[in-house]
Amino acid sequence: MIGIFFWLFAALLTVSGLLAITRRNAVSAALWAAVSFIAIAGIFVLLQAYFLAVVEVLVYAGAIMVLFLFVIMLLNLREEDLQVLEGPRLHILGVLLAAGFLGGLVWTCRRAGLYDAKNGAIKMTAESVGETKSLAAPLFMEYVLPFEIASFLLLAAIVGAVLITKKRLT
Amino acid sequence: MLPFLLAEANQPRDWLPVLVLLLLAVGLAAVQLLISWLLGKRGETNEFKDSPYECGIEPVGDAHTRFSVKFYLVAVLFILFDIEVVFLYPWAVHFGGGEPDGVIFQERPDLLGFLFFEMLVFLAVLFLGWYWVVKKKALDWERV
Amino acid sequence: MKLLWTVVEVSVVATVVLPTTAALLVWAERRVSAFMQDRLGPNRVGPAGLLQPIADLLKFMFKEDVVPGHVNKVMYVLAPALSLVPALVAFAVVPYARGMAIADLNVGILLVFAVSSMAVYGVTIGGWASNSKYSLLGGVRASAQMISYELALGLSVVPVLLVVGDLNMQAIVQWQADHVWLVVPLFPVWVIFLVSSYAETNRLPFDCPEAETELVAGYHTEYSSMKFALFFLAEYIHMITASALSVALFFGGWSLPGVTFPDGSMGTLLSGLVFAGKTGAFLFLFIWVRWTLPRFRYDQLMDLGWKRLLPASLVLILATAGGVALLGGTN
Repeated sequence: MIGIFFWLFAALLTVSGLLAITRRNAVSAALWAAVSFIAIAGIFVLLQAYFLAVVEVLVYAGAIMVLFLFVIMLLNLREEDLQVLEGPRLHILGVLLAAGFLGGLVWTCRRAGLYDAKNGAIKMTAESVGETKSLAAPLFMEYVLPFEIASFLLLAAIVGAVLITKKRLT
Repeated sequence: MLPFLLAEANQPRDWLPVLVLLLLAVGLAAVQLLISWLLGKRGETNEFKDSPYECGIEPVGDAHTRFSVKFYLVAVLFILFDIEVVFLYPWAVHFGGGEPDGVIFQERPDLLGFLFFEMLVFLAVLFLGWYWVVKKKALDWERV
Repeated sequence: MKLLWTVVEVSVVATVVLPTTAALLVWAERRVSAFMQDRLGPNRVGPAGLLQPIADLLKFMFKEDVVPGHVNKVMYVLAPALSLVPALVAFAVVPYARGMAIADLNVGILLVFAVSSMAVYGVTIGGWASNSKYSLLGGVRASAQMISYELALGLSVVPVLLVVGDLNMQAIVQWQADHVWLVVPLFPVWVIFLVSSYAETNRLPFDCPEAETELVAGYHTEYSSMKFALFFLAEYIHMITASALSVALFFGGWSLPGVTFPDGSMGTLLSGLVFAGKTGAFLFLFIWVRWTLPRFRYDQLMDLGWKRLLPASLVLILATAGGVALLGGTN
């Protein structure tokens, strides 16, 4: 039963992802990207990673994609402005980046012992990610330092965002 | 209590109603738009009907002009603080959880204090960021 | 069998209960506002004008389905649907009676926030696709306002989680049934929640996105017929969900202090009625506030969200955590 849903969400994810990078209209590209985030959330649910599923929608579709939409709407790009993005060089760069991410993902899964070579699948159980509480214990106990560093990262991003926009304001 | 609510907890199948609701909502919206398209009166169009509403004044220029960068700043700051909120949810559940998964208040008060100060530091750093943003008057709308 | 029951329950809630409540709410809003302004309000169609929403619906259906020439057609048609879908789905985890909710999830309340965060799309896309100055201004304003208050709204739930220690909505209600309504210990938190939920639903005193005197009708200026109705419906369903959340998180949900509902379906029905009654009171508050308070200016609105509610909710979170620790747990 879960298998059917996995293939449905995976198909939706692939199709919407492809549409997101091929649409010429930036707003529809952004909307397809939002659809792909929902499909990812569906797969997270199937993996019993409910908290991650919700956060995927909350942060990626509900916040980051909204920023993208804002930028698209506020910049008001015209067709001729998009000419800069034409040409094979960007495509090659995109493919290389995607391959790099895929490689990094596979490497991490293998290194963390999550890859089940016999079945060719990722091992993932409720104990490993799953529930909010089982996520909280390691995050706030073992990985305190990365957690606190995250706050400094966010601080740096806040300062950066204000400085960039401040230049335009004054 | 309904039988399906008593079933083994926290299975992906608990989410099935959400999926059904999502599909139904999409269907409902589509049907309503379709009904209006089917039943609606067909009128003629003319130049005035096709122009944007501007209180009877002839529209000047394109509606899609560039907006104040302030809106962009609000969206960026929203993402950053939203991530902070996302960190707070598991922390809050863990902190208030009690037994069996969360902190055991009676037995490990040291852990509780650790959790509290950990979040105090996290929030203090972000509070600093917020204070700086306010001091820089980056969120003052009247000064654009 | 389970699947069938799910489909039936979901269909009844999404296609009958929510739209009917929304329709009644529109009627109530018009009647109450008329009463407050010493007018009569709609009183011709049916007893006390109760059938007015049905007449309105028919009118919406038969109105010309205008798609003006200057709009981006696909996005223009899509936007009302994008507005309605999150409004309906956000209701999924609302515990509308004892042991009853469309979905009983362990991440409960977070699903509401995740889904409502998608409500920005309909408004933003609608304003953008209309290709009209009022619409675009309204759309941009609305989305900036909604994301700003989403922060305060999200933060105002953290104290509830600190006390209850669970994200599940039924667990939150059950805790209140066993102990005390959370509005008692967390009153200031509830005030922040209420104010933010008014801003999230774009209701007065925070309806800057559709401030008539400045923006005609904001993001739906160029909309008519059923497409306008969908935006309208979405706004009222958001109000219902916001009221239901206020009840479930702070006012004991379906429980009443000192009252134990009998086992079986009778008790469930009674608890559902209690929930509906409380939610109705909050819906009345929405209407009452709308016809009483003047509108905030946009800079005041953003100031309130970012400079007052945001730091206030952070302080309240730390205070609640300290209180819970000093009490030695609240479970």
